[in-house]
Amino acid sequence: MTLIHEHGVPEIALRVEALESLLIEKGLVSPAAVDAVIKYFEQDVGPLNGATAVARAWLDPDYKARLLEDASSAFAELGITVRDNIIALENTTEEHNVVVCTLCSCYPWSVLGLPPTWYKAPAYRSRVVREPRKVLAEMGLELPESTAIRVWDSSAEIRYMVVPKRPDRTGLMTEDELQALVTRDSMIGVAQTTAPDAK
Amino acid sequence: MNRFHDLGGQHGYGSIEVEPAGPVFHERWEGRVFGISLSVSGREGINLDATRYRGECLDPVSYFQNGYYGRWLAALELKLEEEGLLAPGELDQRLEGKLEPASSGSAPPPPQQGSPLRGLHVIREVNESPAYTQGQAILTRNHQPAGHTRLPAYARWRRGVIMRVHPAMVFPDTNAHGKGENPQYVYTVEFSGEELWGDSAEPGTFVELDLFESYLTAA
Repeated sequence: MTLIHEHGVPEIALRVEALESLLIEKGLVSPAAVDAVIKYFEQDVGPLNGATAVARAWLDPDYKARLLEDASSAFAELGITVRDNIIALENTTEEHNVVVCTLCSCYPWSVLGLPPTWYKAPAYRSRVVREPRKVLAEMGLELPESTAIRVWDSSAEIRYMVVPKRPDRTGLMTEDELQALVTRDSMIGVAQTTAPDAK
Repeated sequence: MNRFHDLGGQHGYGSIEVEPAGPVFHERWEGRVFGISLSVSGREGINLDATRYRGECLDPVSYFQNGYYGRWLAALELKLEEEGLLAPGELDQRLEGKLEPASSGSAPPPPQQGSPLRGLHVIREVNESPAYTQGQAILTRNHQPAGHTRLPAYARWRRGVIMRVHPAMVFPDTNAHGKGENPQYVYTVEFSGEELWGDSAEPGTFVELDLFESYLTAA
């Protein structure tokens, strides 16, 4: 539905460009500051932060206990500064956690970066609280009825991330190799992590 | 505020369009509008509650048409106009080529922040003790303010159980409107699927919400 300007540039892109130039002229914004924000979210913060903690938690039960108890301190141990109030939730065979924000699009930026498009779209926000099994199945994750599903609708300034189950047949993998298995979607709770040969 | 932003449990929004991990910003303008929003020096300072309320006040086209960053743009324009930093129609005039570049304004250059992630500093000390305890059954109030609230419509007048007691935090319902922080305890409350969704509930499903104390009554 994006309106396309006659020169082929979406109208909204022209609008943002015009707004930025106005704000620069008014001295309210500097292009360098805008660049710095973009660079930060493109390069410095992202799902790798969360994956680092998950891989450590898989290898070290004591660390996992600390992560589930006090995520901010557990991230700080790894040299990762967490500025949100983060709570980590553990997925098990009996219990599956999945995160949403139905009222806006709250997301644990400091450990997962910025959210994917579907997380912010009306379909996911409206449906996952009402029919999580169906939504997860649609996204490729079939859970047995014996697994309880808890949907965390982030309604205050507490941000949730999921510690997914460690896949089978990963006993010999190094921390770096494990880290590479941990996807953004598995830390939102809409996917499981899988071993490389299990695809 | 009873409006379309309160999407939980609504029907008719179709299937989820999963995408493989892609770029953080799909279009250049998305990054620019995000970066401007996080670095612009406004008069209000950072008030996430007011920011969210502005998003809730958008017309449906602005809300849905250009996605998440379209909402950021519309809410940013609203903020700048509210604060008198952008005159109504000024941006449209610029787009129509009717507005010459202004001479450098009198405002000082924006302060250079450290990390763009400034954190959610909402926890406050309060004198009173929490009114509810872990494991307690509660009933949510039928709270329907015309302004901002963080109690979703689907969870009004519903029975749940307190799973966890959190520290007191700034109360969005007043803070969004400049009516003070009024910190309150926050509770993670668990609701069964049946309680929320009745005859359409899926078995073995639960919703966890972080709710402010004044949203709750003892069951």
